[in-house]
Amino acid sequence: MAAVVEQGTLTLEPLSRRRATVDRLMQAAVYAAFTLALIPLVWLIVTVISRGVGRFMIDSDGESHFNWDFLTQSMRGVYGGMPAGGILHAATGTLIITLIAAAISVPIGLLTAIYVVEYGRGPLKRAITFFVDVMTGIPSIVAGLFAYALFAVLAGPGTKTAIVGAVALAVLMIPVVVRSSEEMLRIVPNELREASLALGVPKWLTVLKIVVRTAFAGITTGVMLAIARVIGETAPLLIAVGVADSMNWDPLDGRMMTLPVYIVSEYRKGPQPCNNPDVACIADITVQRAWAAALVLILIVMALNLIARLIAKYLSPKTGR
Amino acid sequence: MAKRIDVNNLNAFYGKFLAVEGVSLSIEPKSVTALIGPSGCGKSTFIRTINRMHEVIPGARVEGEVLMDGIDLYGTNVDPVAVRRHVGMVFQRPNPFPTMTIAENVLAGIRLNNRRLPKDQAEEIVEGTLRAANLWDEVKDRLERPGSSLSGGQQQRLCIARAIAVKPDVILMDEPCSALDPISTLAIEDLMAELKENYTIVIVTHNMQQAARVSDRTAFFNIAGAGKPGKLVEMNATSVIFSAPAEKATEDYISGRFG
Repeated sequence: MAAVVEQGTLTLEPLSRRRATVDRLMQAAVYAAFTLALIPLVWLIVTVISRGVGRFMIDSDGESHFNWDFLTQSMRGVYGGMPAGGILHAATGTLIITLIAAAISVPIGLLTAIYVVEYGRGPLKRAITFFVDVMTGIPSIVAGLFAYALFAVLAGPGTKTAIVGAVALAVLMIPVVVRSSEEMLRIVPNELREASLALGVPKWLTVLKIVVRTAFAGITTGVMLAIARVIGETAPLLIAVGVADSMNWDPLDGRMMTLPVYIVSEYRKGPQPCNNPDVACIADITVQRAWAAALVLILIVMALNLIARLIAKYLSPKTGR
Repeated sequence: MAKRIDVNNLNAFYGKFLAVEGVSLSIEPKSVTALIGPSGCGKSTFIRTINRMHEVIPGARVEGEVLMDGIDLYGTNVDPVAVRRHVGMVFQRPNPFPTMTIAENVLAGIRLNNRRLPKDQAEEIVEGTLRAANLWDEVKDRLERPGSSLSGGQQQRLCIARAIAVKPDVILMDEPCSALDPISTLAIEDLMAELKENYTIVIVTHNMQQAARVSDRTAFFNIAGAGKPGKLVEMNATSVIFSAPAEKATEDYISGRFG
């Protein structure tokens, strides 16, 4: 222990043993918690990569070397233990449906947030905030059933198209977009609004060109996170869009495959019988496809996050330092 | 340019709370008018009523008249946005727009209103305005840098440049130097002395030496107690207010024997 430092009437106590111990303990606890949180994440990534690359290493003759078949083929005409078949149709389906969902939910969500933060007052504002909170808690399967039921009324019973799935995802996305945009609009300093208004700029232009512009990077990040949140949704898409084996570019007509649904349906097929030794056949090809699709899905989400970060970095207010 | 303002019997409210009561005064064109008084006496509230920024706060409203060259700014057909184009404002904390460069900040009042400017004209306005704000020599080599890269004093002069770029008739300054060091304060005070050649300037300040240095006329506001409305105690030429005020309260305040 260090000695007490004394000089005249000034006495400086040394760091007490108790505080030093507590400091060590808390440090250890923080690191331990961080490591614990990291374990499942690392485990998951390692598992998905190690099991997911298998499908990329088999070509359609059953030869084992790296190829892109999995990304360039759909499941059209693929059956049994054929070492072929890919996710082209599912990946495009996921991108189409997610894009439409974003196109529906971003304007609605952003305008709602602008209303709540910049214009709303009194009971209507409170009601909107309340219902957005309620919407956050809607189970995804309920959103899927809602969209399915809605289009059963609008377009006839049994309608399963990409647009139905997009509506279901939009229902899930809107509250997330509203919440995150609200937060981002709120942290724009009021001084900037006043500075703009005092220059004789009308309120709507102030909101558009100062408030939304200043918050734009944060809003983009929020939107990307909302997309990442719904891109892995399975249950609502299973109900609203269904399952397909072939490419379908038309969101208004016919079923469309998506990556999460693809994973489920491949996994469900289970091991395939390989009885003819003359035909290339792999018994667990379906499971390999499921893992490989999971890997691609994770990579897509990662890419979206990276794009969001780049946009945020490029557009965020400059500090000049 | 440089218009006269006459305020008649003005009351300013926040909801039901009466913050400023019964103010009547005249602001001369091409001069600096200082508003002094203790904290909470309604100086800032009052100055914000002159360009209708007071009503931006939810629940805030104004009664009475503010006449600019005889036209009531609170008349039924007057658009507050139009008022703010004639009466500019500089705030206590420098607040350049963080997403804009120095040049864009100067042009903000024009560009934000969706008016297109030819490039040469824009450059002319940027240079002329920054020169008028005594900032040109310091920033001419870095006009494309963000406004927030400047020091506090430079940012405040940038905000003044931004305010005069839209060619207002009156400039309101709400404690423009209270966040600045003495050297930056001096730069702003010199600038005010130049700007009053062309503009009517109203400044709120807590610094009585500053009021004495820069203003031609001074108005003293006071408040009877917490929860009571602020009132105008007296207004006169600055030299008179600081040497021979008519009211005891004014004398107590400027000599530091307050409360």
